[in-house]
Amino acid sequence: MDRSTLLPMPIDIDIAHVARLARLDLPEDELDTLRSQLSAILEHAAKVQSLDTEGVEPSNHPLGFVNAFREDVVTGSLDRDEVLAMAPEARDGYFAAPPAMSQE
Amino acid sequence: MSLADLTITDAAAGLRAGSHSSVDLTEAVLERASMTEAEVHAYLTIDREAALDAARAADAELAAGEDRGMLHGIPIALKDNMCQRGVETTAASQILAGYRPPYDATVVTRLRDAGAVLIGKANLDEFAMGSSTENSAYGPSRNPWDTGRVPGGSSGGSAAAVAAGSALGALGSDTGGSIRQPGSLCGVVGMKPTYGTVSRYGLIAFASSLDQIGPITRTVDDAVAVLESISGHDPLDATSWAGDYPDLTSEIDAGVAGKRIGVVSEFAGEGYEPAVTGALSHTLDQLSDAGAEVVEVSLPTVELALSAYYLIAPAECSANLARFDGMRYGLRVDGETTEELMARTRARGFGPEVIRRILLGTYALSAGYYDAFYGQAHKARTVLRTEFAAAYEKVDVLMSPTSPTVAFPFDAKSDPLSMYLSDVCTIPSNLSGDPAISVPVGLDGRGLPIGVQVMAPAMGEPVLFGVAKTIERLAGFDARPAMVEELA
Repeated sequence: MDRSTLLPMPIDIDIAHVARLARLDLPEDELDTLRSQLSAILEHAAKVQSLDTEGVEPSNHPLGFVNAFREDVVTGSLDRDEVLAMAPEARDGYFAAPPAMSQE
Repeated sequence: MSLADLTITDAAAGLRAGSHSSVDLTEAVLERASMTEAEVHAYLTIDREAALDAARAADAELAAGEDRGMLHGIPIALKDNMCQRGVETTAASQILAGYRPPYDATVVTRLRDAGAVLIGKANLDEFAMGSSTENSAYGPSRNPWDTGRVPGGSSGGSAAAVAAGSALGALGSDTGGSIRQPGSLCGVVGMKPTYGTVSRYGLIAFASSLDQIGPITRTVDDAVAVLESISGHDPLDATSWAGDYPDLTSEIDAGVAGKRIGVVSEFAGEGYEPAVTGALSHTLDQLSDAGAEVVEVSLPTVELALSAYYLIAPAECSANLARFDGMRYGLRVDGETTEELMARTRARGFGPEVIRRILLGTYALSAGYYDAFYGQAHKARTVLRTEFAAAYEKVDVLMSPTSPTVAFPFDAKSDPLSMYLSDVCTIPSNLSGDPAISVPVGLDGRGLPIGVQVMAPAMGEPVLFGVAKTIERLAGFDARPAMVEELA
């Protein structure tokens, strides 16, 4: 496999799209700075592509654990009022939020 | 010498000999904090009254013969990314200003059960992302050895507190070196345990497959004492190790005669200060004289570890930090819709480095780039683990500098990549999940501390501590910061 085809260089990032995915409402000038910083970091990070990983399995856990199960029994949970006391806004025992979609 | 400068081991012996009380120790540490905090800023929160209450309770229990072990009555600092019920826990971020967790992290529960006195919450780089504490939203900590320099990070407040005498020991968390590098820069011991052996429940997550809590102390014995009290299986952490745990002290006095020590040849050359490489060479000579066999070991893939780390850690952070959405806790900036509210809240609440890493991770995980970046980084991780495993067939432990440099001045690494390079020696052990420790061995020409790193295979804490204690004994490092000498 020719690894040089894995990635277009130099790395061009649609920074506004990435910021939207990450739910970050950032001003234009900050996005420009971030685009160039991220390109530099990604060009360094892209060096991992030079490694031959043909037939190598990814490690998703450093010691290779898979699943951890516990007995299916009811246990206590946090006190609702205490948890809601930390919320920016709570109403009738729920977290309160504006509508998911615009009213217009 | 002030009680604030005792090792945990000596303080614990003194408590049982009746030479001082836990209240005496706690008052000495609080007094030291009152003299050093204006300069050092190791803490974000100090809980004076609760600490003294805990100290009085410990004294009463010890007087009644209820001995909870080595940490009973000992003043300890917590990094402020560990939840302590009712005590402000911010992870040094504006987005969590004022947050008081309704529960204790498992490490906090274990410290309480061990009778430790919790002094306060130590400063860090925001969400543990950084190597200097300069990314704290509440201002940096300063290195007690030279307040014009950083204490390292991200557990810089924890390391600075132990170096300055405003705690006898501390907990830090280590995702890419965040316990060991500040330990090295502050002249104290910093240890990252095997992944999964200390519960992450209640640790505010940065990169879940890399994060590990561990001790920052003045001696290797003290690190053992703290780790003994906090490690063990926890059903509340799905990644917690459920098998057998080794006896941490089984090789503590075994010395190094007959031990095989591998020096990682990639961790030298450009960017490494001569004083740092010189201190490591001197330590290796001493170990060799003490009967160890020292050999060079090449781990070619460590050259790519930093690249893999800066894909894996941001990817995991972008997922973990999605929980800060302005809904359930912390800051909220209002918006017309939930999405607008979230996007405004997060842009206002997160600092520049956290935003950088969230965007980096979001990009690396996004459609079309996943295989080239995140997938490939995890395969590199497998290759690295295989290389480490092959090395441990031939040697008992590996060694390197902890950090390529001693403590650097503020603003010296304003370029993100140059800051990332200060973790080049420590990141591989996080990727492999193996334990590693930094031990102070000396000072450079300017009087700044230098640490060396020992790495061992997973569950290899006994040999790790045995070699580390030998290094400590041979180095005889007993220097203290000038500000501490003046106060002591």
